[in-house]
Amino acid sequence: MAVLLDVKNINVYYGAIHAVKDVSFHVEEGEIVTLIGANGAGKTTTLQTVSGLLRSRTGSIEFNGKAIQAVHPHKLVAHGLAQVPEGRRVFQQMTVEENLEMGAFTQPNSTVAPNLERVYRQFPRLKERRRQIAGTLSGGEQQMLAMGRALMSNPKLLMLDEPSMGLAPILVEQIFEIIQSLHQAGTTILLVEQNAQMALSIAHRGYVLETGKVVATDTGKALLNNEAVKKAYLGG
Amino acid sequence: MEFLSYLINGISMGSIYAIIALGYTMVYGIAKMLNFAHGDVIMVGGYVSFYATSYATAQLLGEDPSAMAVGMATLVSVLLAMLVCTVLGVIIEGLAYRPLRQAGSLAVLITAIGVSYFLQNAAQLLFGANPKNFTPVVGGQLTFFDGQLRISYVALLTVVACVVIMVGLTVFTGQSKMGKAMRACSEDKGAAQLMGINVNRTISMTFAIGSALAAIAGVLLCSYSPVLKPTTGSMPGIKAFTAAVFGGIGSIPGAFLGGLLLGIIEAIAQAYISTQLSNAILFAVLIVVLLVKPSGLLGKYVPEKV
Repeated sequence: MAVLLDVKNINVYYGAIHAVKDVSFHVEEGEIVTLIGANGAGKTTTLQTVSGLLRSRTGSIEFNGKAIQAVHPHKLVAHGLAQVPEGRRVFQQMTVEENLEMGAFTQPNSTVAPNLERVYRQFPRLKERRRQIAGTLSGGEQQMLAMGRALMSNPKLLMLDEPSMGLAPILVEQIFEIIQSLHQAGTTILLVEQNAQMALSIAHRGYVLETGKVVATDTGKALLNNEAVKKAYLGG
Repeated sequence: MEFLSYLINGISMGSIYAIIALGYTMVYGIAKMLNFAHGDVIMVGGYVSFYATSYATAQLLGEDPSAMAVGMATLVSVLLAMLVCTVLGVIIEGLAYRPLRQAGSLAVLITAIGVSYFLQNAAQLLFGANPKNFTPVVGGQLTFFDGQLRISYVALLTVVACVVIMVGLTVFTGQSKMGKAMRACSEDKGAAQLMGINVNRTISMTFAIGSALAAIAGVLLCSYSPVLKPTTGSMPGIKAFTAAVFGGIGSIPGAFLGGLLLGIIEAIAQAYISTQLSNAILFAVLIVVLLVKPSGLLGKYVPEKV
């Protein structure tokens, strides 16, 4: 399998705070890879560095064979990299369909209609609510919208930041089922989660982050059974 | 009858305020900053149109030009004013405001005031402090009721221009891809970037539109009160800002409504209460409205996100 995303030795600072320390990881085409860790471990910072919203002082980030660490964030979408940000961040005052159209901003106009149809097939609920203002959707629906919006650009790699955050357990399960079905439909997935149990159970491989460093990496299954990981993140 | 003519006066002056306020509100809505130099861009638009028309009259048009030729010259001068102001607006944004994108809002506000004074003083240096006598873009008037009620063509043109601009902007921001991208930037610049929207370019575009509107407002304003000097745009600019806040800043219909109401209140106050006190009355009304409805007439109350 070809390596789709290759992150090597990145160091990210917030002012004087060293938030991500020498982190390296990679995602192969067709994989689900997860970054797990406690609040403040540097998961979101890592993801935002990949998507260009934050900059690393060192190292390299390669996507699909191209160095992207200096590329403007708004240009990455066209490269095939889409991010579902933490807290969903849908455009609250725009309609569901307008949100989805924004997801296809970099795409030629002719692809918008077929993409809309595909996303509506994946998320029938969004189709029912297409004319509704996004801010009036429930949390689970907003998460679906954020995911559908990211899919509108036909990404090679979909990066999801805490998709389960703030959702009821039944919705969390639903969201993870959707992630799996997106993966089956051919999208490579990088998943950042605090819900380590769920994330590891669907991931091929996982990386454990602690205070900005990668402290363990293995297959999803192995990490689920790893005593240290169990103790720290899986409640026993 | 008297009342009607004051009212029409107010509506047409209000339409000018509304066009300026639309520029303010577009820029505020998308860039989340108050561009206090907006009023001075109006003045620049006035000067460009003035010099272009003077040049055409002196050099291009003959002794007795046809109405057609004069009309063409006027149209070209307005388009030229729009072009210059658009470029000026984009330059101001790029040089003065863009470096401050991450800075606090006070720094941006002070910079905007600085740009405003810079433009006024640059204009004084370039064009002189003596007022110029601006020739209205259209002359003549309609008369009703045996001359008791007069409506100038400038007033009519102003109202029509204002409505067309308001509708145009509403359709643009509601339907077009660029307009939707502007709304997306207005809500969440980070998320907009993740969609592949170039935020800097979108903000430049907003300034371009706002400044082109300022040029139109400048020409109409000078046609209405034909004294053009470096501070011409400053007071209407502040009043239009008031109008934008009055209607609900960030809202396009709000700026339209706020501008119209402001013009009407001003005209009525001048006619029936006191010319000297009209500005005080105007701002008193604003204060009362904001006390009752802090988000303005059509503004939405958007709670700060946590």
